[in-house]
Amino acid sequence: MLDLLIPTIAQGLLWAVMALGVYITFRVLDIADLTVEGSFPLGAATAAAMLSAGYGIISSLVVVALVGMLAGIVTGVLHTKMKIPALLAGILTMSALYSVNLRIMGKANISLLGVDTTFSIVRNLLGLNSGQTTLLVGAVATGLIGFLLYWFFGTEIGAAIRATGFNQQMIRAQGVDTDVTIVLGLLLSNSLVAVSGALVAQSNGFADVGMGTGTIVIGLASVIIGEVLFGTRSFKNCMISVILGSVVYRIVIAVVLQMGMPPNDLKLFTSVLVAFALSLPLIKSKLGMRKAGR
Amino acid sequence: MLRVENIFKTFFPGTINEKRALQGMDLHLKPRDFVTVIGGNGAGKSTMLNAIAGAFPIDKGHIIIDGEDLTKKAEHKRAKYIGRVFQDPMLGTAAGMMIEENLAIAARRGKTPGLSWSFSDAQHDYFRELLKELDLGLEDRMTAKVGLLSGGQRQALTLLMATLKKPKLLLLDEHTAALDPKTAEKVLALTDKIVKRDQLTTLMITHNMRDALRFGNRLIMLHNGRVIIDVEGAQKASLDIPDLLEMFEKASGGDAVASDCMLLG
Repeated sequence: MLDLLIPTIAQGLLWAVMALGVYITFRVLDIADLTVEGSFPLGAATAAAMLSAGYGIISSLVVVALVGMLAGIVTGVLHTKMKIPALLAGILTMSALYSVNLRIMGKANISLLGVDTTFSIVRNLLGLNSGQTTLLVGAVATGLIGFLLYWFFGTEIGAAIRATGFNQQMIRAQGVDTDVTIVLGLLLSNSLVAVSGALVAQSNGFADVGMGTGTIVIGLASVIIGEVLFGTRSFKNCMISVILGSVVYRIVIAVVLQMGMPPNDLKLFTSVLVAFALSLPLIKSKLGMRKAGR
Repeated sequence: MLRVENIFKTFFPGTINEKRALQGMDLHLKPRDFVTVIGGNGAGKSTMLNAIAGAFPIDKGHIIIDGEDLTKKAEHKRAKYIGRVFQDPMLGTAAGMMIEENLAIAARRGKTPGLSWSFSDAQHDYFRELLKELDLGLEDRMTAKVGLLSGGQRQALTLLMATLKKPKLLLLDEHTAALDPKTAEKVLALTDKIVKRDQLTTLMITHNMRDALRFGNRLIMLHNGRVIIDVEGAQKASLDIPDLLEMFEKASGGDAVASDCMLLG
């Protein structure tokens, strides 16, 4: 069991980068952005294609971050300028990205066996085992990104984006163009999701065009688990909660798989978990009313 | 100062819900005018304020502040000149952000946000002094989220935010209508104090005729999307509610008795 713990935590950290992206749209902007279902495999596909073509890990990462931003901009422009509802705008981009990802890879999946990846390079450099390497890369990535997000959302622009999520009328009356802040939030979010996809693909040793299915649900599960278990007192607290929430989610999944749940039922399990967590406030108030009625 | 020239706005044109909200409205404000705005339901009061603020494009006419034509400028670009307080206390502040953060955003109204930290220690003491003047105990709760405040406290805070960076024009859209009478009175007194102290050019919509007569140096009444009564100075000061109702009857051609909510006010 213990030898499973480190790889599980490590996976949780790689996926936490995606969960932070989902947090930005779902909690900060108050938008359920389905683009992530396409931008996660977009990051994976871009990294796999570039690495197997011989590009370095840094240049691949930069390109992954940029194409992720592009995906967010497309959804953002569809939503703000074309006035398409956010949910539908995300679905349109997500669907389009399926074709884009196939084009990038040229086929449905790319194996990274024998290709230099972030993990193989770090492993060889420091002489660690595979679990330790993933843990180290995951910890550095989430730590760095968490800190950058904390800084960014504390700046004037970051505050304007947060205010947009709370009250668009208010921040427009204060002279901020909400179209710009919404696009910025979506761009940042999808960039993180793409980076997470690239890291997960490199860790798993392959990129697959279907690996984005359920990304949003996993992201929401991580955000909600984190918020419930670790609190939402401040923005810093929220960042840490989301990261830990992603780790706890992976541990829960590992445990139920160990207990004999068929892997094919995973997405069903996750959806039920998220649906239950999202309806908790209502269930609580209903129970409270019944108690008060007694 | 403010020139509203022959503006028209029709909502849902060509449909069964067509509503001609503004029909050739003219209004000129002199600097430091404190104008109270009254009129029945659907007279165009809020539409006029929203048209000036740029919440939607108008069909015809011009809106000019200090010689600059703002007719085609987006809402967020006009914010540089205009401070606003809304009827709904929820609309003026970001509920999930601290009092201090809300004030910091208001302190840079109309300025493009950059990458420096959103609030500073230097501002902290200044904000504290301003909050103390509100006399609501908010100066000791600067890190509290605004969502925890009462409607009256939020409206007072919104008023402070709207005037923190002195606006060329202050727009108040029935900003005390959602408050209980005691709190409403407090917010009105605060409004009067700030407007007089900073010599702000102000448009204040109210559904309460008594308040419309009590405050400001000028009063306008709207009807069918136009200004039908415009009195100021000594003439305004000498009016009482029956005078106002009589003037309304005459000016509107007797086609409608002043609405209930005007009478009850």
